[in-house]
Amino acid sequence: MSGEGQAGAVLGGLAESEQLEQRPQPTRDRPRRGLGRWLLPTYVTIAFAFLMIPIVYTFVFSFNDSVKSNIAWRGFTFDKWLNVCNVEGGAVCQAFGNSIVIGLVATVLATTLGTMIAIALVRYRFRARSAISLLLFLPMATPEVVLGAGLAAQFLAVGVPKDMVTIILAHTMFCISFVVVTVKARVASLDPALEEAGRDLYGSPSQVFWRVTFPLLLPGILAAALLSFALSFDDFIITNFNSGSVSTFPKYIYISAARGIPAEANVIASAVFLFAMILVITVQVSRAAREKRLAKLG
Amino acid sequence: MAFAAFATAEAQPQAPRKRSAIALVLLAPGIAYLVLFFLTPLVSLLLTSLQVQSEFGDIGEFDYAFNWQNYVDVVTSYWPHILRSFGYALVATVLALVISYPIAYFIGVKARSKPLLQGILLVLVIAPFFISFLLRTLAWKQVLSDESFIITSLKALSLMAPDAHFTGTPFAVIFGLTYNFIPFMTLPLYTTLERLDLRYLEAGGDLYASPATVFRKVTVPLSMPGIVAGTLLTFIPAAGDYVNASRDFLGGPGTQMMGNVIEANFLVLLNYPAAAALSIILMAAILILVGIYVKRSGTEDLL
Repeated sequence: MSGEGQAGAVLGGLAESEQLEQRPQPTRDRPRRGLGRWLLPTYVTIAFAFLMIPIVYTFVFSFNDSVKSNIAWRGFTFDKWLNVCNVEGGAVCQAFGNSIVIGLVATVLATTLGTMIAIALVRYRFRARSAISLLLFLPMATPEVVLGAGLAAQFLAVGVPKDMVTIILAHTMFCISFVVVTVKARVASLDPALEEAGRDLYGSPSQVFWRVTFPLLLPGILAAALLSFALSFDDFIITNFNSGSVSTFPKYIYISAARGIPAEANVIASAVFLFAMILVITVQVSRAAREKRLAKLG
Repeated sequence: MAFAAFATAEAQPQAPRKRSAIALVLLAPGIAYLVLFFLTPLVSLLLTSLQVQSEFGDIGEFDYAFNWQNYVDVVTSYWPHILRSFGYALVATVLALVISYPIAYFIGVKARSKPLLQGILLVLVIAPFFISFLLRTLAWKQVLSDESFIITSLKALSLMAPDAHFTGTPFAVIFGLTYNFIPFMTLPLYTTLERLDLRYLEAGGDLYASPATVFRKVTVPLSMPGIVAGTLLTFIPAAGDYVNASRDFLGGPGTQMMGNVIEANFLVLLNYPAAAALSIILMAAILILVGIYVKRSGTEDLL
């Protein structure tokens, strides 16, 4: 699967990491002398600085007072942030809007279908289990170009014109497997006794599901949805094969790369980055706070 | 990450699985979707790869046939691209592993007693995901362009020939692939190293093994699942990538990979059979390589 794709897998991983396992506790650290002690921390600091360079660059150049291409530094301005949609008749914003719509619809579809599969995989016995596992695994092990070209070949053979719908169909396809992986972990960690208690209290199957199972699965489902959205939003390769003349944010960047990216694209990317970081940090902090509370109770 | 999740989820103790018609209802829509939009397209791709040009048709019109010649044609015209794809992906994967292992080790082992530091570092590892992949790559193109501070300093220090370029070379493409996939390598490595039982390392030391030997004989074998997952998550997308190698990004005319020629044949030249044949070759090669690799590294339960 895609590069920026599996990216999101992390989001899922982060949200799921809360199933605390008893991990081996660190024991005494062997005291090391001199250079050796500082080698690893120094390396890690340099490595992180390296990882951050393109992010800082993109952010800084969103304030560049550029005229056409955003390559040379021409001075600081807030203009691009204040008038994001004023460039090229709002082409950037149009592409950004398309990406949001596609991301939302694909996320809803993939999360629904993937959650249903995840529940079935953990809870039920059925024939052809290994074939189904393979079918779920393969899309993640297939390079994006092949997924994109395959779907495009199929749309061509059937005579379906490429538009927003074909992009959504494609994105839903590659998100399903990631949803299954994320939600499955959550279903597996669910205590069956809770649902049993619901049934013992005369809850109908649908009541038990909506009042007990679903709320318990919700963190996993939300993580999967977040992951799907991130995957869809940043996907370029599969989109490029199945979008026809429809523009998305990554496609807009790819096409304008030849003539120069306007600073407004940096503004949108930086804003999305800040929003996502705030979201992730909030989730992390609130989890840490909850764990602290639970630890106090225990 | 995904690979790791596939391997671990089954391990949990579970209530006995029931046989029920509900399973069918839950599975049917999603599985039907994947059959329709993942499996059938692969078949379409295979059929397209065997098509011939319509006799009286326009450019981009083809008839179904059984034309194996397409495969011979694409291999003879594009073998450099095929070799380049796997070569670049291999080098990038090895580099990403070497760069990521110490990072993952630091976060998973050294920072284990400091949850806050661990959390911050993890967020920093995934931070690049939140900014567009294409813009990140373009940022490197500017940072490493001929007029950039880094390249002009290297030239001033005579570490680089005055007329040499960085962007547009194979080094730049491998650099970009490595950079872009480092998080995919770091995360699965972190996941396994985080669970590493340090008492094993101590036992190794107590038995008079040098730190280097402990690392080679204990740490590395125990982190094998992470190494396998990380290298696959890096190698597969890197081999199929065409953004880094594209002329508008870090590549040049001499760095085009399989992804670039698939894109060009499909979307520009409308030579669908050639693009399809190349895609099938890429997919088959990856499946074979992954199969051998997973078997050799002794982590078959991954699938």
